[in-house]
Amino acid sequence: MLHNKRLILAHFWLAFGGFGVALLLGEWQMYIRSPLHAWLGNPELYYRSVTAHGTTMAYVLPTLVAMGFGYAITEAALKRPMIGARWAWAGFGLVLLGTITAVIPVSMGLASVLYTFYPPLVGSPFYYIGVVEIVVGSWIWVALMSINLHAWKRDNPGAPVPLAMFANVAGSYLWGWTAVGAAIELLFQIIPAALGLTTTIDAGLARVFFSWTLHAIVYFWLMPAYIAYYTIVPRAIGGRLFSDPMARISFALFLVVAMPVGVHHLFADPQVGAGFKFMHSVFTALVSLPTLLTVFTISASVEIAARLRGGKGALGWLKVLPWGNPMMLALAFSFVMLGFGGAGGLINMSYQLNASIHNTQWVTGHFHLIFGGAIVIMYFAIAYDLWPHLTGRALTSFRLMRVQLWTWFVGMIVLTFPWHYVGILGMPRRMAFYDYTDPAMAGEGASVMMSVLGGAILVVSGILFLTVLVRGHRAPKVDPGEYRFSVAVHQPATMPVALNGFGLWLSLMLGLTVINYGFPIAHLLALPDTAVPVVRVGGAK
Amino acid sequence: MSEDKLFSLRNRWFTVTVGLTVVIALVAALFGFIVLPSLQTTATFADAWDKICSAAGLVRPSTLASPVVKPDFQTSEVIVTPQMMGPVDTVSIGRGATLALRCTMCHGARGLSEADSPNLAGQYGIAVYKQLQDFKTGARTSAVMSPRVTDLSDQDMRDLAAYFAYLPRLPGYHPTGDVPPPRIVTGGAPLRNIPPCASCHGTIEYKTGSAWLEGESPVYLKAQLEAFANGTRRNDISEQMRNIARNMTKEEIDSAAEYFSRQPPADGSAAGLQ
Repeated sequence: MLHNKRLILAHFWLAFGGFGVALLLGEWQMYIRSPLHAWLGNPELYYRSVTAHGTTMAYVLPTLVAMGFGYAITEAALKRPMIGARWAWAGFGLVLLGTITAVIPVSMGLASVLYTFYPPLVGSPFYYIGVVEIVVGSWIWVALMSINLHAWKRDNPGAPVPLAMFANVAGSYLWGWTAVGAAIELLFQIIPAALGLTTTIDAGLARVFFSWTLHAIVYFWLMPAYIAYYTIVPRAIGGRLFSDPMARISFALFLVVAMPVGVHHLFADPQVGAGFKFMHSVFTALVSLPTLLTVFTISASVEIAARLRGGKGALGWLKVLPWGNPMMLALAFSFVMLGFGGAGGLINMSYQLNASIHNTQWVTGHFHLIFGGAIVIMYFAIAYDLWPHLTGRALTSFRLMRVQLWTWFVGMIVLTFPWHYVGILGMPRRMAFYDYTDPAMAGEGASVMMSVLGGAILVVSGILFLTVLVRGHRAPKVDPGEYRFSVAVHQPATMPVALNGFGLWLSLMLGLTVINYGFPIAHLLALPDTAVPVVRVGGAK
Repeated sequence: MSEDKLFSLRNRWFTVTVGLTVVIALVAALFGFIVLPSLQTTATFADAWDKICSAAGLVRPSTLASPVVKPDFQTSEVIVTPQMMGPVDTVSIGRGATLALRCTMCHGARGLSEADSPNLAGQYGIAVYKQLQDFKTGARTSAVMSPRVTDLSDQDMRDLAAYFAYLPRLPGYHPTGDVPPPRIVTGGAPLRNIPPCASCHGTIEYKTGSAWLEGESPVYLKAQLEAFANGTRRNDISEQMRNIARNMTKEEIDSAAEYFSRQPPADGSAAGLQ
C-alpha cells in the first residue's frame, strides 16, 4: 500500500517531463552536427543545448527516478507509511528549485560549460548553485532512506531487511558518498570562481574530484534498474528470484567497488600517477563482478519462470517466456544493451585500449547505450509497473507499451552502434561542427546520419512513453491491490548481520576511497603553481 | 546468526571481505607501482623507491629530459589573464589621451586611421597593452613603432590602452556591404587545425587577449596574417596565430581580411570601461 502517492508521482512527472524536453534537444544536437544540416554558425548554441541535455538527463532524471522509486519501495517493502514525508517534499522542492535555477542561465547561454563543468571554463554561478540544490535535495532522500531503514530494524529486531529496501538504501548510500566529490569541486573551487571571489582554479584537482563522482554516479543511475531486475521482474513474469543473498552481495559489492574507480576517466590526464591509474583500472574491472552475478541470478530467475510455465529443454524454455509482457521485453532489451555496453566498457577501462578511443565519439556512444539504453528502458518498465498503484487506474495499452519498448531498443541500437563506429574511426567528441566535405571525414557522414535516424526513433518512443503515462491518468479506476516484490526460491528467515546492514560495506567503501583517492588528492593540494586563470563563458575584455 | 558482532575477527564475513579487499589492493599496488614501472623501456629508475614515486605521480626531473631549447629570438613576456588590466579610472584615460597625441599621425586623431595602420578606437585594452609591451621588448618589431615605445613606462602603456579602449568604435573608412561571412571566419577548417576566426575575435565568441578586428584595414590584416605565416611576426603566445596562418590558403587570408574590414563596429558604444 502506497501512502504518499502524490509525492512519488511528482518525482516521476518532473523526471519524465524533463526527459521529454532533453530528448528533443539530444536529437537536435545529433541532427545539426550531421551532414544533413549546414554548419550551425554559432557553436555556443550547440554547447548550450548539450549542457541542458546533459544536466537534465544525468542529474535531474535519474536522481528523481531514484528518489521517487525509493519512496515507493520504502512504503511497499516495509509495509508502513514513510517517516519524514514532509522532508521528502522539501527535498523534492529543492530539486525542483535547483532545476529551475540551473536551467535559466543555461538557456540564456550564460553557462554553456556542459554538465561535467570543465573548469577552468566557468559560467554563471546560478548554474552551479542549481546543481548543488539538486544534490542537497537528493541528500535529504539519502537521509530519509537511512532513517526509515533504521526505524524498521529497531521495530523488527533480527528480521531480514526486505531485499528491495536493502538495495534501495545501498543505492542511496552510494549516491550520498559519490556526490561528495563533485560537491567539493563545486563548493570550494568552481562556485568561488564563478562568483568572482577567485580568479584562478586548479583544474587538474577539480577533474580528480569530479572523477570521484563521475563513475559511481553511473552505478547510482543503474541502481533502480538493478532493483527492478531483482525485485520486480521475477514477480511480473510469474517466477521466483533465484537467490536473495546473491542479490544482496551484488548490491553490497556495488557499494564497495563502484566508488574508487573514477580515475579511469583521467587516463589521459597528466596530474594523476600511472600507478593510481592502474589501481583504478583494477577496481573498475572488479565492477563487472556484481554485474555478472546479476546477469546469472536474473537469467536463472527467468528460467525458473519459464520452467514453471512448462518450458522444456536446454534452451527451449526461452520460447514459453511471456514475451508479450512489457516487463519481460524490457528486461531482455536491457540485458542485450547491457551486454554490448559492458563489453565496450571493458575497452574504456583498460589503460592501453582506452588510448584508442579516449575523447572520441565512442565514449558518447558507450554511455548512451548503457545509460540511455540498458538503464532508462528499465525506468520505463518501473513506471509502467508502478503507475496503476500511483494513479489507482489500470494501464491497459499493452500494445502501445510493447511498441514503445521495441522502438526504444531499436532506436538506441541504431543510434549508438554507428556512434561507436565513428569513434573508432577517430571522430572526436564535444565538437559542434564536423567538416564532412573533407575527404578524411567524408566517410563518417553516413554513420552519423544513421545515428540521426536512431535518435528520431527514440523521439517517437519517448512520445509514446509519455502518452502511455498520460493515458494511465484517464483510464478507468481499478483496485491495484498491494504492491508486491518478487519472492525468492528460498525466502530468507534469517540473514547474516553483514548482509542485513551496511556497516561492513560502507567501511570498505570509505577505506578504498582513502586508498585510491587519498594520495592523489593530497599530492595535488600540496603541489604549488597548479592553478590556472579562470576562463569565463563569454570572455572578459 | 544475526546476533553476531559485525566487526569481529570471529565473523567470517568481516575477515574474508576485508582480507580479500586488502589482498586485491596490495596486488594491484604491487603491479601498478613496482612491476609495471620495471617493464617500461623508455624510463630509467634509480631504485624501487624511485619507481614508486614515479608511479604515484610525484613531479621529478626526468632522467630522459633533453635540454630546454630556447628560441633564438625574443618572445612575448606578457602573461595574458582576464584580470591583467585591473580597474581603469578616468585619470588613466586622461593620461592616455595626452600620451596618444604622439600616435595621431598614423592612427588618426580619434584612433581611426585614414591610412592602412590599425584603428585603435574601441580596441580591447589587453590587445593594445600587449602589442606596446611586445614592441618594447622586441618580441614584435616595426621600423615605425619600435623607436616610439622605448621611453614608455608600464603605466604609460596601461594608460594608452585604457584611452583607446575608451574611445567609441566608429565605422572604418572601408567600403561596407552585406557580404556573407566566408567559411574560414565562421567554421574555420577543423581538419587543418584552424578554428573559426569568429570564435576568438568576436562575432561568435570573444576570447581574452584576442584583438577586435571589425573595420580594420584589409591591407593591414592581410599583412599580419602573412607575417604570422612566414614567421616574420612571432609575438603570438604559444604560436596560436602562426599555427593558424601557416595553414591558411591565400584565398582564405584574402577573404578573412576583406570580410573583417567591411564589418561595422560590433557594438557602437565604448568597450573600454566594462
